[in-house]
Amino acid sequence: MKATLEDPLLVAGRSFTSRLLVGTGKFRSHAVMREALLASGSQIVTVALRRVDLSKAGEGDILDFVPSAMTLLPNTSGAVDADEAVRLARLGRAATGADLVKLEVTPDPRTLAPDPIETLKAAERLIAEGFAVLPYCSADPVLCRHLEEAGCATVMPLGAWIGSNRGLRTRDAIEVIVAQAGVPVVVDAGLGVPSDAAEAMEVGADAVLVNTAIAVAQDPVLMARAFALATEAGRLGFLAGRGAVLEVAEASSPLTGFLS
Amino acid sequence: MSQPRGRFAAYLDDLPAPTPTEVELALAQPSLANLATLLSPAASPYLEQLAQQAREVTLQRFGRAVRLFAPLYVSNACLSSCTYCGFSKDLQVARRTLTVEQVVEEAQALVAQGFRHLLLVSGEHRIEVSKDYLVRCVEALRPFVPSVSIETQTWSDDTYALLVEAGLEGAVHYQETYDRDRYAEVHTAGWKRDYDRRLASTERAAEAGVRRLGIGALLGLAADWRADVRAVAEHAVWLQRHYWRTEVTVSLPRIKPSASGFQPLVPVTDAEYVQAMAAVRLVAPEVGIVLSTREPAVLRDGLVRIAVTTMSAGSSTEPGGYLHPGEAQEQFAISDERTPAEVAAMLEAAGYEPVWKDAFALKG
Repeated sequence: MKATLEDPLLVAGRSFTSRLLVGTGKFRSHAVMREALLASGSQIVTVALRRVDLSKAGEGDILDFVPSAMTLLPNTSGAVDADEAVRLARLGRAATGADLVKLEVTPDPRTLAPDPIETLKAAERLIAEGFAVLPYCSADPVLCRHLEEAGCATVMPLGAWIGSNRGLRTRDAIEVIVAQAGVPVVVDAGLGVPSDAAEAMEVGADAVLVNTAIAVAQDPVLMARAFALATEAGRLGFLAGRGAVLEVAEASSPLTGFLS
Repeated sequence: MSQPRGRFAAYLDDLPAPTPTEVELALAQPSLANLATLLSPAASPYLEQLAQQAREVTLQRFGRAVRLFAPLYVSNACLSSCTYCGFSKDLQVARRTLTVEQVVEEAQALVAQGFRHLLLVSGEHRIEVSKDYLVRCVEALRPFVPSVSIETQTWSDDTYALLVEAGLEGAVHYQETYDRDRYAEVHTAGWKRDYDRRLASTERAAEAGVRRLGIGALLGLAADWRADVRAVAEHAVWLQRHYWRTEVTVSLPRIKPSASGFQPLVPVTDAEYVQAMAAVRLVAPEVGIVLSTREPAVLRDGLVRIAVTTMSAGSSTEPGGYLHPGEAQEQFAISDERTPAEVAAMLEAAGYEPVWKDAFALKG
């Protein structure tokens, strides 16, 4: 069945019209973050549990600034192995009531590259505990198959190193992952400008997640809107189906047109 | 104890200063190899450009966010003699070691101000500030302080491992100076006198699983402060290469007046200080840079826009000083006396989020 513009993004039995997921790190203030989240039109927002302070709930904690209509996707940022990720996810569920978790296991603080082995282990354990797991992972087709088989709700391969704004450096791998995946593919990390998001959507990603590019823009609110438009444009471009890529020019009115 | 100047020292003194072209090349491709050029007086005319580049790198890597922490002095008892320190063994000053209960009370006062990252600081007294004492402190703080670090004497046994097991996140060891001769001159007695033991302590902590490592030098302690800045940068990058799971922060405090009466060998001017911070940022982009309340408000406010990623605020350097100030000797006088709320407001006004909590309880 051919995909249409009206098809919602389905994640763990929930339905979303926006295909732009956003993050909450690196903003200059919670107030600016909130404005940018609203401008993004996004319906899913990820928050680092290590930044949440329940003792400050209602008094200026980061969660107070997340628009209440958005679905909260707690993440395990800062976890260095499966044990810590599982522990954080449990804390997050106890604190927020959300059974969704964005699984991040990044033992190397320099690259923040996801650990494929520990991520898979943590995913298996969390799924057994009833979590809907959205794993941040390397753009590795085989790993994505393992994560899908383990029961993850999505796969979230990286476009480039997190926070790097380098764009869709993993395009070739993303194309393979998109072609094989039976769960939504959310390109997470590295998308630096709106056209990067459009590119990821054009190659068939189901959604993108953007944080740094919006947070550190000169005008985060404007950039959030730009990413929303680009995500939608990329989606439309994908659905429209591009023309063939040719080696040489082909006139739009071929010389033999008179024969028909 | 001045010695005749050696031939190598004379050679060093006569080395030609970097040319403008060399400075520009270094700015175009900053690296540890050309840090000396970036730190040199020849680069000072390029200070604004250096600062602009550093700011870009800081924003890219760390975003518009500054981590806040508070030092919690648990003891000023000390068995080491260091000529520059207000806690030095030989000084007749009011000594105090907090009980674990008092440490908890001080921590509660800091938590009430908003802090969730605490650094337990002490002199070097392995009886009063023992391994067991520190373990009990960390365990007592764990339920309500997500990030606990220590800055104590160095340890050569299983202390770091036990502290990690108790929930310790970070350990800070300043080498003070990487100039061995000068180190020997100012550390006259006690365990701290052992340069190599101290230098190896950060590696021991990393091997025990301590997740955040802090290092630093006290600028002005040795005559060649630039050499100390270079050594700190080299050390930080070396640690990152060898302990890939750990985060590394550096601190380059300028020596402050203390009960010791020590005077810095050379003053580091504000402009030189900014140059040093910006240069370190460029050659070690992933290293956190810590700035304490030793520095005056105007400088702190400027540096946070350039290179600094972690700050203390409203600090007391006296054990028990948050709840009962004036009962014990402080380590040194602070310069930035603003409250934590005022520092947070400054950060917000400057377009940065004050990050009070960026950690989670690792154990328990």
